Amino acid sequence: MIDLTTIEPALLWTDVLLIGLVLALVGLVWHIRRHAHLAAPWRKVALSRAGMVSASVLAVFAGIGLLDSLHYRPALPDAPALAAGPGAAGKALRHSVELRHSVELRSALDALLDPLPTQVETTYSAPMATRAFNKTALEGAAPGGTARDYPRLKFGGAHLADEGAAKVRDIGERVVRGALSGLACAVGALALLALLCGPRAAIGRFRGWLFGNGEDATHWAAWTLLGIATLAGALAWLAGGYHVFGTDKVGQDVLYQILKSIRTALVIGTLTTLVTLPIGVVLGIAAGYFRGWIDDVIQYLYTTLNSIPGVLLIAASVLMTQVYMDTHPESFETVTARADFRLLFLCLILGITSWTGLARLLRGETLKLRELEYVQAAQAFGVSSWSILGRHILPNVMHIVLIAMVMDFSGLVLAEAVLSYVGVGVDPSMISFGTMINSARLEMAREPMVWWALAAAFVFMFALVLAANLFADAVRDALDPRTRVRGVA
Amino acid sequence: MIAYIVRRLLYAIPILIGVNLITFALFFVVNTPDDMARMALGMKRVTPEAIERWKAERGYDKPLVWNAAEGGSRKVTETIFVEKSAAMFAFDFGQADDGRDIASEIRTRAGPSLAIAVPVFVVGLVTMISVALLMVFFRATYVDTSGVVLCVALMSISALFYIIGGQYLVAKVWRLVPISGYAGGLDALRFLLLPVVIGVVSGIGAGARWYRTLFLEEINREYVRTARAKGLSELRVLFRHVLRNGLIPILTASVAAIPLLFMGSLLTESFFGIPGLGSYTIDAINHQDFAVVRSMVFLGSVLYIVGLVLTDISYTWADPRVRLE
Repeated sequence: MIDLTTIEPALLWTDVLLIGLVLALVGLVWHIRRHAHLAAPWRKVALSRAGMVSASVLAVFAGIGLLDSLHYRPALPDAPALAAGPGAAGKALRHSVELRHSVELRSALDALLDPLPTQVETTYSAPMATRAFNKTALEGAAPGGTARDYPRLKFGGAHLADEGAAKVRDIGERVVRGALSGLACAVGALALLALLCGPRAAIGRFRGWLFGNGEDATHWAAWTLLGIATLAGALAWLAGGYHVFGTDKVGQDVLYQILKSIRTALVIGTLTTLVTLPIGVVLGIAAGYFRGWIDDVIQYLYTTLNSIPGVLLIAASVLMTQVYMDTHPESFETVTARADFRLLFLCLILGITSWTGLARLLRGETLKLRELEYVQAAQAFGVSSWSILGRHILPNVMHIVLIAMVMDFSGLVLAEAVLSYVGVGVDPSMISFGTMINSARLEMAREPMVWWALAAAFVFMFALVLAANLFADAVRDALDPRTRVRGVA
Repeated sequence: MIAYIVRRLLYAIPILIGVNLITFALFFVVNTPDDMARMALGMKRVTPEAIERWKAERGYDKPLVWNAAEGGSRKVTETIFVEKSAAMFAFDFGQADDGRDIASEIRTRAGPSLAIAVPVFVVGLVTMISVALLMVFFRATYVDTSGVVLCVALMSISALFYIIGGQYLVAKVWRLVPISGYAGGLDALRFLLLPVVIGVVSGIGAGARWYRTLFLEEINREYVRTARAKGLSELRVLFRHVLRNGLIPILTASVAAIPLLFMGSLLTESFFGIPGLGSYTIDAINHQDFAVVRSMVFLGSVLYIVGLVLTDISYTWADPRVRLE
């Protein structure tokens, strides 16, 4: 367990923005809950099984990403010994002696996964293996010299004396124990939550969560979470003794890399919308409402931006950032800060290239809305243009904005992988799905093949994008008035 | 009609000027040629002479927009902006870092790019429309719902996995086609088969789902009800009425993409080692060959605008109600 008093929080730019975004989202949920007319369409999302299942999968991914966004600098090994001296003298020391912190950043997720990040083998090893993937010369293995054999791993299955039947039994035991404890923890947490919501109807509420209240599909979310907890429990117990998804070329655990990739994907998928939304909303509504030369200028702007092939514009901008970062190395303290700057910049560029679609949609909708009676009435009463935009137009196009936001997410996660492959995505030192796939590509040519990193990246990325797509569909069905009408008819 | 097309083409000029200014700003103003030279030559121990030589070789040794040292109109023309950026309007792209002429490189590489992009486009369009029609025919049954679920699942797989998986299974395990490479003439077929199939499969999910919604919008229209009331069979209604009307938005959306087929596909070409424009672009990005990237950005914009004009023309052709004024 880390001593919280010895660490120094060190939030990166993307951390701050991501946490800010989550807080804003919580505020929005609170606002929507208080207004019945806003909450009504969201209740429809709760009716959809696919919507609830995908929402809970996304929530788990978001939780992992958030944990990985709480960065800090751990104290250097000799510092806590000084600081944790006994009694009052120790306390005084703790304040007077400045703790020295490591340059390397760690996140809350790293601390939680400890010691997984540090259990590095020398090179490739297959999932659940106890021996390395390649033969190396072992000294003293054979009498009178060296023999070539697969060496035992330093960490994977190191607790086993014999690797045959004992390994199978050990794995089985870990899976069963892990799954059961994961399930028990999740059920316990649900029960506790039910109790915290008010002890009087706790049992009924708990039963409603698990077996449905006959109204909506929220119990599907509960079952999904229980399933994920079971899986996660089994994974955690296995990861304690093995490399569940093997290790990569430098011996790094693949499961650890996958968990780190999630944050990168989330940052790209969410922070980009922070750029897209303000530009798209302001320009789209302004073009539709004011028409005339404002409309011409804005249309010119987005046609021009649209006409540049997206990948090329991103590539050109990233190349230019690269030149800037290479000529100004003094601006970046650490490799992590450098990678973080590039990630942030990538979000900015992706945002600048992707607001055009939203602006065009909003322009069309605003053109329709401005002819409606209530807007005409507001104009006749002499309400200023800006209040009409803010009070009458904006709330009525909000559903388009929200739908566009969720729909864009999956596309951005996929785009990150492609861009990183092309070499204009995230910094090569940053763990992401794209960089993982990129390095795994060369491993495909090896004989026998190193397949596990690619397979793991595929499974997790597929789960994330599929959940995002299904959730986006559920949100669109619930919020889009057109589908609502069609559903009734 | 011709007057309209001429006017549309005239509209394109300010847009291309805008693109040109953006690329100029990106490539020459945000980072000066000095920065680029220092990066290209390596950061450590770069002598000023080496930088000057690098710039002179590429013609980057002039002022950006205003050459005070020259006289008369040469104050404007002897600049990077005119020689490197404005010259692209005449499709004069200059030389790549390896000394080859970019324009002739583009001409030779457009062939292989089209050899993949055109079959992917045509076969893909036909497949997506067929799958979408199938789902519409069986609408509100399990065939339809499972089709939509399958489409969403297919959409959720990164294009990278389609290519890697396809290469592994077809080329490495089954050994049906070579893993990568390219040859001219009929030999090209062997090399093109797998990339085309993968290109089609990776696009089906998103395309078929979108076309399905387009067709479903049509199927609730009154003319469809009339057609059924006349006693036409469901198949006839689907093919003669729904398909024809549903094709209008599909057609116009596809026409916009036709000129961009020239640009090829970045991923497919680089994975399969096909010497087209897509792999040209990727190589340029990896070697940080700014002249090539700049040219491809401009070429892409020109093709996009051609696509926009073609879209408008195809509207009038497909839908007689639309008249261009």
